[in-house]
Amino acid sequence: MLNKFPLWKNILILLVIAFGFIYATPNFYAPDAAIQLSGQSGAMVIDESVLKKMEGALEESGIDYFKGEANGESALVRIRPKALQLRAKEVIQAEMGGEYIVALNLAPTTPDWLSSLGGQPMKLGLDLSGGVHFLLEVDLASAVAVRLDGDLQAIKTTLREERIRYRSFELKGDQIIGQFRDVEQVQKATALIRNSYRDLLPETTPGQNPLSLVLNLSLAATSVIEDSAIKQNLTSLRNRVNELGVSEPLVSRQGKNRIVVELPGVQDTAEAKRIIGKTANLEFRFEAQGKSGERFEFRTPRGQGPDAELERQAIITGENVTDAQPSFDQNGRPQVSITLDGDGGWQMGHATRDNVGRRLGVLFIEYKTKLEKSIDENGELVITPVPFVEQHVISLATVQSQLGKQFVITGLEQRESSELALLLRAGALAAPMYIVEERTIGPSLGADNIELGVKSVTVGMAMVLLFMVVVYRAFGLAANVALTMNLLLLVAFMSLLGATLTLPGIAGIVLTVGMAVDANVLIFSRIREERNNGATVQGSISAGYDRAFVSILDANITTLIVALILFLIGSGPVQGFAVTLSIGILTSMFTSIVMTRGLVNLVVGGRKIEKLWI
Amino acid sequence: MTELKVYNFMGIRKYAVVFSAILLSVSAWSLYTQGLELGLDFSGGTQIEVGYEQPANVSELREKLATAGFDSPVVVHFGSETDVLIRLQGEPDQTLAEQIVEVLKSDGQQIELRRVDYVGPQIGEELREDGGLGMLTALAVVMLYVAIRFQLKFSVAAVLALVHDVIITLGIFSLARFEFDLTVLAAVLAVVGYSLNDTIVVSDRIRENFRKIRKATAIEVINESLSQTLWRTINTSVTTLLVLLALFFIGGELIHNFAIALMIGVGVGTYSSMYVAATVMLALNVDREDLLEHVEGELVDDLP
Repeated sequence: MLNKFPLWKNILILLVIAFGFIYATPNFYAPDAAIQLSGQSGAMVIDESVLKKMEGALEESGIDYFKGEANGESALVRIRPKALQLRAKEVIQAEMGGEYIVALNLAPTTPDWLSSLGGQPMKLGLDLSGGVHFLLEVDLASAVAVRLDGDLQAIKTTLREERIRYRSFELKGDQIIGQFRDVEQVQKATALIRNSYRDLLPETTPGQNPLSLVLNLSLAATSVIEDSAIKQNLTSLRNRVNELGVSEPLVSRQGKNRIVVELPGVQDTAEAKRIIGKTANLEFRFEAQGKSGERFEFRTPRGQGPDAELERQAIITGENVTDAQPSFDQNGRPQVSITLDGDGGWQMGHATRDNVGRRLGVLFIEYKTKLEKSIDENGELVITPVPFVEQHVISLATVQSQLGKQFVITGLEQRESSELALLLRAGALAAPMYIVEERTIGPSLGADNIELGVKSVTVGMAMVLLFMVVVYRAFGLAANVALTMNLLLLVAFMSLLGATLTLPGIAGIVLTVGMAVDANVLIFSRIREERNNGATVQGSISAGYDRAFVSILDANITTLIVALILFLIGSGPVQGFAVTLSIGILTSMFTSIVMTRGLVNLVVGGRKIEKLWI
Repeated sequence: MTELKVYNFMGIRKYAVVFSAILLSVSAWSLYTQGLELGLDFSGGTQIEVGYEQPANVSELREKLATAGFDSPVVVHFGSETDVLIRLQGEPDQTLAEQIVEVLKSDGQQIELRRVDYVGPQIGEELREDGGLGMLTALAVVMLYVAIRFQLKFSVAAVLALVHDVIITLGIFSLARFEFDLTVLAAVLAVVGYSLNDTIVVSDRIRENFRKIRKATAIEVINESLSQTLWRTINTSVTTLLVLLALFFIGGELIHNFAIALMIGVGVGTYSSMYVAATVMLALNVDREDLLEHVEGELVDDLP
């Protein structure tokens, strides 16, 4: 029979509508202001007793709380009203002390039955929630250079031990180059390096100087170093971010050598920048005896002169530090208590055993970037970022006794000691990093953006709904039902897929609303045409839908292609736009073709009607 | 029963060609001589948005910052009298934003730091390259799809119409010195999507009519097809423009240029899908034969 859907199609439509309602619903529950508490280290158990302590602190200061939860790893207490959230954070931080991380949080209020079905509200992008976004570039070349330098020193030692004599051995770019006096020594050295340093490949180009040996790091080894440098940096950054007390931070790798850090809801952006942006490492080196040292200036001048000469080899670096806390000595002077890992403790003990009475220097290494302006061959001004390293001695103290896993660094100012402790604790970076992009969005701007976005969707939608009813009357109503369902489905899919909503994403939704009716416009125009050409009511409806389908499909597939390309080339907010546009195209095809047909069939299908309200 | 009125769209195609040629050459000239007013996303630099409680005097602020030693700061109102956008070229300094707020606060005004953007020069350059590459990829893939689904002449026509729309949209941005940032790039790609949508619908009808109407010239077939799809073209453009107007007036400053780009694009795209694509098809001597050899199997079903 003409214009009747089989039962399964009607059921499918109902199921899709139910799906839309269920998964869009979590977005309508406003989140609660909450305080989240977790431990500095993963080993700490955050259980009911910790929660009780938090709640006790809140009760004491008369802050209203409800629905406290603790799951072993973290605890969450909801605060009412929202204005007291910051105050609550301070109260809890004061009560719990420095070993806990206290963060502001927005706890979803999705009812249990919804979350058990996997329902969750859409994630908000930084431009809507407020917060900080950093893109950091890791200087991989310098990680490789550090490794090569280590190899170079080791090779020199081995050659000396093996009594193979060389004129010079040095690092040039990414190659190690040795010069010898006779060919026999070159051959011996080559054989030795082939055996003991498999990652270093001797260059064998015909016609090269027979008295020199050029070593290249193998591609495999290079990529292993680069990979582990990135991983180490990711870990360090995660630790630092945890120190900041952000409830849902994102730290992830982007591309070959970049790291994205997103801190939603961060209020004190200056603090965040200081901690994230600080790319520092620490080396413990003895003061040099004799000629072979390197000279460094003090970070803040002390009574020990303007600079100090340290040995070239570090005993340990910041990577071996497991904990560092600022404290005070008996005389109330600031100091940092340091705990090393097993390896670091052994190295330190080994190095200081025979060197009691020598002075041990702590070298603070900061990686910074400056912009250099130059004129290229086309006469255009080019600005290139040039990373550079600043190395300063922060303390130089006499070793009183053999050092072990735990010791203190003294001679610091208070501000220095707390910052140094934080940086040490947060881990060292394997390779220097610098910020290549930063975006900070204040919390009020984020809230404004949401408001403006919701308003434009509402107004845009209202105008389209009105237009459709005026132009297509009864059929316009069917299209409007479909359009509303389309919006619901779009929100449902985005929530279910965990897609992030951004301001351009909202623009994408608005645009989808405008373009989604196109399919219905096509179908309805076609039905009118068929009527005008003398087709029956039922015949014109059927033909209208069938004939328009091919056009709709082709048009939507091509738009989808463009949206996918936009997703691939875009970043952050623009991807948000591509996502909403793509999902919107797919959902609108269903609602405007299948759903309106279902409605039309239900109302006019299989009846004898003379006139169509179209 | 009313007979469809067939307009002689193609009768004025010579004027359309002249009109498009003028628009294209002015756009190309402007793009070539003065280029686009690149936003921070592409140019790199630092940009800070601050909110005042009272309307702010931007020229005073500009002087104040210049006196404080900031190199040629650009200070403009952003969206409202109380919002100010400050842009600086040069050094990425982690404390730059705080320094500026410090200077602005020095006379006791209450201000709120609403937004800070720093984009390094290498990022800007990459985005410029990726943007151009994305545009070209989009056009190539679309051309391939249309060539497979329709026929090569349709495909050439569709892509020329798209290139036409993109150049004119960019040209107007260049002429009017509107800022071109990432959201505008997204809008231009959305214009490609929209205009293509229109062109495909029209092409689809032209294909159908070529098969259905046996004794008619290409011009007659195209005129009939354009007339049949005219109301659909107008209605869809109207609904899209309605939502864009909503975005333009309500969506806020960040989305302003996005809405402008799409409004221009929808306007130009509607025109191009009717005139540019069809005119190119005629120029390529499209006729029945082109479609017969390609889809012989389907043809039987489509006959009335």
